[in-house]
Amino acid sequence: MDLLSQSVGVSHFMVVGAIMFVSGVVCMATKRNALGVLMGIELVLNGANVNFVALSSEFLTKDPRGGIGLDGQLISLFVIVLAAAEAAVALAIVLNFYNNHSTIDVDRADELKG
Amino acid sequence: MDDLSTVLPFLLGLAWLLPLASFTLIVLFGPRMGKHGVAASYLATGAIGFGFVLSLVALLAWVGAHGVSSADHDFNTSQAATSEAHDEHGDDHGPAQHGGHHAVKPPKAYTAEWYTLGQFGKLKITISYYIDALTVCMFAMVTLIATCIHFYAIGYMHDELHDVTDHEVTLSDGHHLHRPGRFHRFFQYMSLFCFSMLGLVIAGNIAMVFVFWELVGICSYFLIGFYIERKSASNAANKAFIVNRVGDFGMIIGLMALFASLGTFAFGDGKDDEGKPVHGIFSQVRNPDNNYALQAPDGMVRAAADNRVRAIVNDHFQEASEELEEANLAAPAEPVRTRPDFDEIHAASESEIAAEIANWREQGYGYWLLVIAGVGIFCGCVGKSAQFPLHVWLPDAMEGPTPVSALVHSATMVAAGVYLVGRFYPVFAPEVLLVIAYIGAITLLLAATIALTATDIKRVLAYSTVSQLGYMMLALGVGGWAAGMFHLITHAFFKSLLFLCSGSVIHACHTNEMPKMGGLLRKMPITAYTMLAGCLAIIGAGVPFLIGFSGYYSKDSIIAQALSFQQHNPTHGAVFFYAAAGGAAMTAFYMFRLWFMTFAGQPRDHHVYDHAHESPTIMYGPLVVLAVFAVVIGWPVLGVVDLVEQARPAGETGSGVLMASLVYPDEHASHAHGIHVQATLYAFSTALGGFLLATVFYGLRLLNPNDIRQQFGAIYHFLLNKWYFDELYDAVFVRPARGLAKLVSGFDRNGIDWLIDNLARWTRGLADIDDLIDRYLVDGLVNLTAGWTYSLGRSLRSVQTGKLRQYVMLIVIGTVALTILINFASAK
Repeated sequence: MDLLSQSVGVSHFMVVGAIMFVSGVVCMATKRNALGVLMGIELVLNGANVNFVALSSEFLTKDPRGGIGLDGQLISLFVIVLAAAEAAVALAIVLNFYNNHSTIDVDRADELKG
Repeated sequence: MDDLSTVLPFLLGLAWLLPLASFTLIVLFGPRMGKHGVAASYLATGAIGFGFVLSLVALLAWVGAHGVSSADHDFNTSQAATSEAHDEHGDDHGPAQHGGHHAVKPPKAYTAEWYTLGQFGKLKITISYYIDALTVCMFAMVTLIATCIHFYAIGYMHDELHDVTDHEVTLSDGHHLHRPGRFHRFFQYMSLFCFSMLGLVIAGNIAMVFVFWELVGICSYFLIGFYIERKSASNAANKAFIVNRVGDFGMIIGLMALFASLGTFAFGDGKDDEGKPVHGIFSQVRNPDNNYALQAPDGMVRAAADNRVRAIVNDHFQEASEELEEANLAAPAEPVRTRPDFDEIHAASESEIAAEIANWREQGYGYWLLVIAGVGIFCGCVGKSAQFPLHVWLPDAMEGPTPVSALVHSATMVAAGVYLVGRFYPVFAPEVLLVIAYIGAITLLLAATIALTATDIKRVLAYSTVSQLGYMMLALGVGGWAAGMFHLITHAFFKSLLFLCSGSVIHACHTNEMPKMGGLLRKMPITAYTMLAGCLAIIGAGVPFLIGFSGYYSKDSIIAQALSFQQHNPTHGAVFFYAAAGGAAMTAFYMFRLWFMTFAGQPRDHHVYDHAHESPTIMYGPLVVLAVFAVVIGWPVLGVVDLVEQARPAGETGSGVLMASLVYPDEHASHAHGIHVQATLYAFSTALGGFLLATVFYGLRLLNPNDIRQQFGAIYHFLLNKWYFDELYDAVFVRPARGLAKLVSGFDRNGIDWLIDNLARWTRGLADIDDLIDRYLVDGLVNLTAGWTYSLGRSLRSVQTGKLRQYVMLIVIGTVALTILINFASAK
């Protein structure tokens, strides 16, 4: 209950990031639609981005030196770029999957099972 | 004249190498030379013919420079010139003469190295030349006879130009052997043969002699076995080769004795790389300072007195060590040296040894080594020149084509042995010469008796050759150096003539058996009359004291020398003299027996007679040339003997050391009137006796040879079977050797093979056990691991469902679980 009484700091952002992360994971685990799964992935990645940004901000941390050493904003930009690239690849896979199976239900993609 | 030292090696070297070039070309392109390789014969003949021209030029150059005679009148000028050549070119053998030594002078000779094949410490193998009057004469003789034989062979070997059916070889299917002609191969080997013989003659060191010695042997092997498909020919070739190896074994021992003690192979003196004079074998054995008398060289004395040398070195070492010890004791603080000075010891002992050597020589050290070296070298000559007891190969060598027989029997192979004895004459001690004389005498009688009964025309000639070679050895052995060399040259001419004539007869009659011939005089007059000239030459016919065939002069000088020897050594000399005289009588008998049986009387076999015809020009041309030489070569006006005399080794043979009673007279003593007349009469009467006996039996047929044959049946069969030498050698050497071989092969089969078989069996058993281990232990382990991995994989298979959401869940659960675990772990 401390969080509610404090002024906004890193912890609050981390809670938001954690919520986003868990939401993303749940989305990935529950959605059968491939696009839904991709959205879950985006949530997971951006949950992490929130953490990066928060932890590297000298306005949010109490540590006067601030940051985690690397500029968090820069890393989150990288993550966004990677996410875009990943989305492009994943969408291409989905498109192909659709071409072959006329569906994007990931449960139907079990051809590699042992 | 001083340029003779460059001209002679060039001329003779070229004459020597031309046959090699011809051989190489024929080997490479033989079958493609003209139709069936006919041009090969032109090439070979051209090469040897040009070689003859070069040799003749060399001979004329020699005569121009040194004159024909060996008399003293040109001694001063020629000696001055040779000394000059010595200074300028350093290749002239002939130490400077001092005023007082007119009686003894070294032969004029040119020697130098052409090429060094290799130098291994003291051992230096070179191609060098040693050219003296004998070399020049031999070159002219060998090339002339070889040229005649080459021309003759073009006609004789004509059959080989097309496919040949050999009627003496029956194949397993009952047909006769049919093979392509081998015309070019014949001339290829003839060229190699000439090259080898000339190399042997020109060789300037004994190692080179040995190489060409063996080359001559292998060439005779090739040519005797020319009709290799005939069992008899291949056997004869093998026999010639193996018997020669026996002699060469002795020769190698002689070589080792010479090289180990003298440290050089060279005949004449030369210079080493630094220009210091190196003494050759001849001047080591016969030192100019010692008036060229034979003595054991320092090297031999030293090698023989090895224990004395060691004792001296030991003494000096002991002395030096003791001195050193004393010095060290006197000043123990600072030891002078830790070991004695070896150089000092060496120098001290060397000077003592040098002082002692003359003393040791007096005591007889080294002389035995000299005798062994001489006997060893002579052993090689016994093999090559077919002397008793190694004479057995020569008659069998008749299996080769007749031109080969002519070449082998006159100018090349067998001449090589006599030539080497002549060349090595300075090295032979009187005891060795006595051995040579005895071997020669035995051979001479042995072969002559066998020739009395032989019926094969070529075999009669073969035994005649053996007998004449015995003559030469006898001549050399009794001190008649020039007589032996002279007979070598005259014999080469008439024996090649006789062989070529017999070849002509065989060519016409297609048989070797004299009892099937007869009356051929009418059919082939040129062959008959040239052969008559050869027969007269070999028996030494002539008008006593006036003129004669070539054999008359050479045989006379041999008998004269034997007589001269007998005057000094009555016991040995009598044996030699009677052998020579008896041999002369027998020679006359069997040669005219041959001639009468072949050419005179009525034809015995009309089938043979009707087919007989005179040979073509290319065959009888050489006969005529050789016949002329056989008649005239001995005439004193040509001066052959004087020319040979120029090469006479310096120094007297003297008397024996081991056998003090053995005294060798100077050969010039045999020219004394008393001896010479006596010898001529003996030679003439014995030859006449033999000739008359042959005429009585075979010419006039006053007596029937068959009666005599029955009268002396035992002797006749003894001689007909060649004294049972082949049987004796078969029993003594061949059979034991084969028995031993059989024993060894039995041991091989039953002992070694048994061992190997058992080893193999054991190895297989061991391998079987290995196999079991491999299969059950190693493979079992591997399979077990694989099985486990497999079953693990099977059981993990069910996890791989292919459901994406499940994977995500598993990842999440796993991550959470890990986090919790880490937290717990870090909490502690």
